[in-house]
Amino acid sequence: MNALGIIFSNIHDSNVPELTSNRTMAAIPFGGRYRLIDFVLSSMVNSGITHVGCITNRNYRSLMDHVGSGKEWDLARKNGGFVLLPPFGEIDSTSLYSTRLEALKTVLGFITRSNEEYIILADANSVFNINFNDLLKHHVAVGAEITLLYVNKPASEISGTNNAILKMDGEGIIKELAIDPRMNGRVNIYGNIVVMKRNMLVSLVSDAIAHGRKHFLNDVIGKNVSRHRVAAYEHKGYYQEISSLKRYYDANLGLLDPATRQALFGTAEIYTQIKDSAPTKYGDNAIVKNSLISDGCVIEGEVYNSVLSRGVKISRGTVVRNCILMKGTITGENVSLNAVIADKGVVIRDRRCLSGADNFPIYIPKETVV
Amino acid sequence: MSIRKECVAMLLAGGQGSRLYALTSKIAKPAVPFGGKYRIIDFPLSNCVNSDIDTVGILTQYEPLELNNYIGNGQPWDLDRSFGGVHILSPYQAKQGSTWYKGTANAIYQNISFIKKYDPKYVLILSGDHIYKMDYAKMLYAHKQTGADCTIAAIEVPLKEASRFGVLNVNPDYSIYEFEEKPKQPKSNLASMGIYIFSADKLYKYLDEDAEKENTSNDFGKDILPSMLAAGEKMFAYRFKGYWKDVGTIDSLYEANMDLLGADPEFNIADTDWRIHSRNPIAPPHYVGEHGELKNSIVSLGCSINGKVIDSVLSNNVVIKKGAEVRSSVIFSGTVIESGAVVENSIIDEGVVIGKHAKVGGNTDGGKKIAVVGRNYRVADKGVIAAGEIVE
Repeated sequence: MNALGIIFSNIHDSNVPELTSNRTMAAIPFGGRYRLIDFVLSSMVNSGITHVGCITNRNYRSLMDHVGSGKEWDLARKNGGFVLLPPFGEIDSTSLYSTRLEALKTVLGFITRSNEEYIILADANSVFNINFNDLLKHHVAVGAEITLLYVNKPASEISGTNNAILKMDGEGIIKELAIDPRMNGRVNIYGNIVVMKRNMLVSLVSDAIAHGRKHFLNDVIGKNVSRHRVAAYEHKGYYQEISSLKRYYDANLGLLDPATRQALFGTAEIYTQIKDSAPTKYGDNAIVKNSLISDGCVIEGEVYNSVLSRGVKISRGTVVRNCILMKGTITGENVSLNAVIADKGVVIRDRRCLSGADNFPIYIPKETVV
Repeated sequence: MSIRKECVAMLLAGGQGSRLYALTSKIAKPAVPFGGKYRIIDFPLSNCVNSDIDTVGILTQYEPLELNNYIGNGQPWDLDRSFGGVHILSPYQAKQGSTWYKGTANAIYQNISFIKKYDPKYVLILSGDHIYKMDYAKMLYAHKQTGADCTIAAIEVPLKEASRFGVLNVNPDYSIYEFEEKPKQPKSNLASMGIYIFSADKLYKYLDEDAEKENTSNDFGKDILPSMLAAGEKMFAYRFKGYWKDVGTIDSLYEANMDLLGADPEFNIADTDWRIHSRNPIAPPHYVGEHGELKNSIVSLGCSINGKVIDSVLSNNVVIKKGAEVRSSVIFSGTVIESGAVVENSIIDEGVVIGKHAKVGGNTDGGKKIAVVGRNYRVADKGVIAAGEIVE
């Protein structure tokens, strides 16, 4: 696929302030052994994209640790490959960029110097496994200048801000793009993935900057739907936007359903950083039901309906239900946890008892000792 | 960047491993899976990297394709280096004709120019069929301290088992005065682990001499070491204390897997101070379903478990369906155990399907006999593979 990939690693950080206090959106752990960027990056790689720029702003160190040279995605290349695009503080600027358009402005040189025909812009706030070739095929088939990917879903499932709702004509050409309108019933929500010719993006961005515009989606695309032929492409497969802590919790536990796992992992492989943990070890008193368990765990207690990342230790007498335990969570003996999200390296001492609720999971910040 | 390496490791990985029967009919012994996500060769390779040896030649001959594929550019072991790194060395055609590797010593002899390229002071010879964690740097230090020409790693074994090994008879300072290959009446219980450090010049000399001889089997244990000893070279044993297992037979491979289990296992594979590196699969975490039951077991990525797994070791992407039972067994990657099937005291190779209500292995009166089901084999529904039986 002759396209340059651009990933925005941090645009939606404010939707999940708990998880992004130490990291950027793209580096949020998900599904046991993954980080959110793995899904968009693997989708790009599996679609044949070999040149990916990743725009960062703040807190991007854990993202750098995770992606490294990009070798796990086969993106450690001489030509192209994975390119981290840290903020570029210009000499006369006093602050880093705050909008997508300003971010694109700072990497315009990178985009201009690339030589791919198309460009795909994608955010790292969603979990999916998409073949972008299908998107591009649609884009070419309908003769669009710009194509936005969308998913159709009930308005009640939408949270967070800056949601773009699309209205199309009979041919699937976008007639109206509205940001956070009043919604009911099923709506077509923009999936934060767009494809166009690379040189078109360059001219759109340069033009918008020249006219003092601020917002990419609204000012550059939304206000131009009558001027350009902007198509919509529906993604019908798995797509979960992490737009709140609750959504994060639900999306993780959603993976316990085999059909959901098949939808996410069954079509193409999802790559991630390799840590060489030993396989997980179960003790004589382990009871585990309906759970996803990563490598390097030691399980001597009970685990139900939960997702465990690498190196989690569940000691004897401990019962874990409906939890998301991130890397290296250590539980003491006779602990009881229900509906808890434990960030990396949390330690729960003996006999502690914590319970959230289905609609309100308890979040324990990174490296907290309870 | 240094232009020479102090020590180059040569890993003998060409043997057929015929005593592993069905498990090595399509792959070389070092590529045989072990301990869930690992393969046997991960152990010597990880030992090298953890001992700061970054130049490793892997000598392959028998069924090398899967092994080559597994090693790749060596990146999983951090051995993708600009200078040094891992190199697969297979027999090649030369101007004066071509031969297969005729023995362990001949395999090294044919690749002397590979070693000389790095101009090392020492050469470490390893074999690809042992499970252990060993700091070769300590052995190299001992080699330098004693001023030896050759140092042989040795481990104490029960005297009655010593006749299965090359036995080292040593003086109190661990200098070797006699070397006996598989003696009937062993005089010592100090067994050679098949790990040698040679001072490079001596190695070249004795390999050259061995190549000129008519009556030689071109083998380190049978030819090189005895002739060095006979010539009065300084040879020392380096005593290793710790877990070490030759996994060249079905029984020993099975036992070594079982040694990983338990709260305080004989061999700790999850040692973060001495990490064993491996090529990881691209697979999601493993899933345990509503009917899954796991006791005293090791489970790798991508498995899906909805049956009973007790005292067992599972590699990647193994599927255990509802109502199936796996006891005291080792299951390699991608194998599916259908519902109602029972697997006991068995090693099941990659890609096998055990049909519904089939029965594989079990208990026998006269001790444990391990059943083996070879790669991609399909055991029919209600099929029976007896205890100790090997099918492929």
